[in-house]
Amino acid sequence: MNVNEYKYNSHTEMSDELTSGVKDLLFKMADDELILGHRNSEWTGLGPILEEDIAFSSMAQDKLGQAQAIYNLLNQMGEQDADTLAFTRNENEYKCCHFVEYPIGEYDFSLMRHFLFDAAEALRYNSLLNSSYKPLSDLAKKFRGELRYHTLHSEVWIEQLSRATEESKARMQSALNECMPLALGIFEPSKYDDLLLQEGVFTGEENLKSGWYEHIQNILTNSGLKVPDLSSITPSFGGRNGYHTEYLKPLLDEMCEVYKIDPEAEW
Amino acid sequence: MPIKSIDPRITRANIEIQNKETSKENKVLEKLDHWQTYEVFAQNKRGEHYSHVGSLHAPNPEMAWILAKEQFGRRNKITGIWITKTSDIFSVTENEEEMFELNSEKIYREAGGYKVMDRINKFKKENKKISEK
Repeated sequence: MNVNEYKYNSHTEMSDELTSGVKDLLFKMADDELILGHRNSEWTGLGPILEEDIAFSSMAQDKLGQAQAIYNLLNQMGEQDADTLAFTRNENEYKCCHFVEYPIGEYDFSLMRHFLFDAAEALRYNSLLNSSYKPLSDLAKKFRGELRYHTLHSEVWIEQLSRATEESKARMQSALNECMPLALGIFEPSKYDDLLLQEGVFTGEENLKSGWYEHIQNILTNSGLKVPDLSSITPSFGGRNGYHTEYLKPLLDEMCEVYKIDPEAEW
Repeated sequence: MPIKSIDPRITRANIEIQNKETSKENKVLEKLDHWQTYEVFAQNKRGEHYSHVGSLHAPNPEMAWILAKEQFGRRNKITGIWITKTSDIFSVTENEEEMFELNSEKIYREAGGYKVMDRINKFKKENKKISEK
């Protein structure tokens, strides 16, 4: 798309209401990446085999890089710098969903979360390629390659384990059942969804969810798993409005510990 | 701890290999459950040769590919990957090494035997003089 074809090349061209909506979207995305990136990095050194340990750690690092890029964009829109946003906010100021807060559990849970979350993430960025806000479209382009690998990695693992032994299949099914209510929390509706859709900035959580469900259903069904019916699940909402699970606070304490010893330190 | 297998899962998970009858429940590994090693070749630039970059464990080529991508493609940009089972590579051992020896009397067969650089340099030098005139 040509520069002139974007409705908004800068946030200064937006109404205050729309700016708030875009920031709300960016905080959700960045906080999800930061918290899940941190969680997944907890597998470093403990992965099931060396090769997977390296791959999973590397993808966790990608997530932190994505979080940083989004915080930088927020900084350009008038928010504080990336480190301050990542490490100094209060728990209720984070907008991540409950799904990313949960402990890593066993590898079946972490893999299933990786699959369900990254599928949603890839579809979100894919829709943002056509955003009317140029910086968002640029971000989506920047991460496209990384996300293609992340989704491929998760899909190959899911298919592999769901088709292996009775035990591995049962474990993947049980991980899926446990993950579904949490995964639906990714798509907690926002009061800005209609405005963002109307202005061509973002397709909105509800549309994203439909595309996501169809996508994961295809892959999971092909792998021989039974996908729970959406109507039978109560989504785990609250995270987008600052209401978090008991797992977030200890994670933040640990993640911010070193930063808070000396916030001025040069790294 | 003695190493029972090159498959890293076996030693780590303490899986019994030898005898299904004497082992407990399903912690028995069939022969085909062993992961194989795969050899990975990467290309740094389009059109260039693929070079061997290392090996890894995987149960099949798809898994080998997703694991190889981060093992060998995360530090610098690559443009392609080839993966093959280690067991599919026909190799010649060190025992055969003497066959590789070159006969010093046939120096004309070696690439270094062509003494043309002095002539090329002489030609370049003369050409430069002409273009300067």
